[in-house]
Amino acid sequence: MRHVIIGSGVAGIAAIEAIRSIHPSLSGSGDDGEVEIVLVGDDPHGFYSRPGLAYFLTGELHGKALFPRSPEDYQQMNFRFVRGCINSIQREAHSLQFENKTNLSYDKLLIAVGAQALPLEVPGANLEGVLKLDHMEDAKHILNHARRGKTAVVIGGGITALELVEGLRSRGMKVHYLLRGDRYWSNVLDEHESMIVEQRLKEEDVTLQHHAEAIEVMGKNGHANGVRLLNGQTLKCDLVAYAIGIRPRVELAKQAGLAIDKGILVNEYLQTNDSDIYAAGDVAQAYDPMTGRSVIDSLWCPARQQGSVAGLNMAGKRLAYIKSTPFNVTRLAGLTTTIIGTVGRGRDEDLVGIARGDSETWRELPDSIAAQSGFDVNHLRLLVGEKKILGAIVMGDQKLSLPLEKIISESMDISPIRERLLAPNAKVGDVVTEFWESWNSRN
Amino acid sequence: MALKDLFKRDAYKHTVMYSGHVVPDPARCVQCGICTYNCPIGIDVRAHAWQGLPVIHSQCITCGECVARCPRGVLRFEQTDLFRKGAG
Repeated sequence: MRHVIIGSGVAGIAAIEAIRSIHPSLSGSGDDGEVEIVLVGDDPHGFYSRPGLAYFLTGELHGKALFPRSPEDYQQMNFRFVRGCINSIQREAHSLQFENKTNLSYDKLLIAVGAQALPLEVPGANLEGVLKLDHMEDAKHILNHARRGKTAVVIGGGITALELVEGLRSRGMKVHYLLRGDRYWSNVLDEHESMIVEQRLKEEDVTLQHHAEAIEVMGKNGHANGVRLLNGQTLKCDLVAYAIGIRPRVELAKQAGLAIDKGILVNEYLQTNDSDIYAAGDVAQAYDPMTGRSVIDSLWCPARQQGSVAGLNMAGKRLAYIKSTPFNVTRLAGLTTTIIGTVGRGRDEDLVGIARGDSETWRELPDSIAAQSGFDVNHLRLLVGEKKILGAIVMGDQKLSLPLEKIISESMDISPIRERLLAPNAKVGDVVTEFWESWNSRN
Repeated sequence: MALKDLFKRDAYKHTVMYSGHVVPDPARCVQCGICTYNCPIGIDVRAHAWQGLPVIHSQCITCGECVARCPRGVLRFEQTDLFRKGAG
């Protein structure tokens, strides 16, 4: 029996661990009825922490520290790694064809190839020095350019754009951050939260421009040296970094005739419409039996969970993936920020589709009532439903993020404190703390 | 805190060794490795976070570097029974 996993990200690694938890193998050769696992990846660096690239850019750690596993770890996991690009999946023959025309057969296949940055589609976008942040190689490329240049222009929204801004700024570059809309990450953050982030960026001498649409990257000798804006303004720069959203890498699945919407459509068992082919992670659009909808998450934790569930199912279990409350912790302009459940709505002019570190669920549910309290850098926003808290954003002090994660994910009945939460000038943090302590003492 | 301070600062040093151990929340962890990178003893804190296991390690001096450096609030201290108030 041969399991083949395409993609060396967290979903793929979690799948291998899950399969090996069911089928520990002595030789891994596939002989004598043993289960063989083959991991196919096109990223020359294999498995590393993609979200950690942000801290590599700021210089908080060096690149080698991003690799969680040693060769010995991989040896213990007992799989074969094949570096290469898959050209096509021949479903009837249960075979994969590589770019170099060699073939690899499979019994069960997992597609966990992730997502990729949407391209910047303006004239000059293909010039040297126009950069994205998908992979380790991209991060190295950015640092190489940052070492040689003085001024950067960053285009886009969401977490990745801010990671680019912060990384380039911490490397000593002067940074112009262009926002097409009137504020940062408008479909997840409220006005006050966007203002906190923008204010902190300004304090770090980041030049923010709203309603600024880049229409051309200008260049000299094949290298980017400026950006032209819709309003006629031009900005001189040494590099242009962009993060305008991501797109699940569905090409392979599409060519193979698998069912696709925005991502590869999978049922709650992470199975595609071909029962021998599974999908997990950023490329998968997973069916949620609780809501009856299929959604995309671009988050580390769901990718790991999906990889694990897919692996168990490939190994013969029958386990449903139950989507947990979308949850992410990130750092926005140096401020640790936790986003839980439903917090925003609508679309963001700076993003096309979903961003990395984002979940479609964050913008799903309609009317709810927000209770807010906040100071300069400690800010808390709750979205309060009839009987439960639907979502929360915690910026700065994180003491309440763990309790809120639990209160939201377990749909705790907050009726006893609802009125107090919604009272004018409510001390929301105190009310939540009191509720949490009381719940804890009873459980 | 200013960005430049954040990136250059030393982690908060605990003046008194904490009585307990470091506990991870795997749901928050993205395996970036800042914890392991900054551990003065060289403990692979990140591997504990992947497995959701407390850092119960004979050489851990509970200095707090990993807790303070983690950008995602994955790690926290938890008191051990031995040192809990009132414990023998």
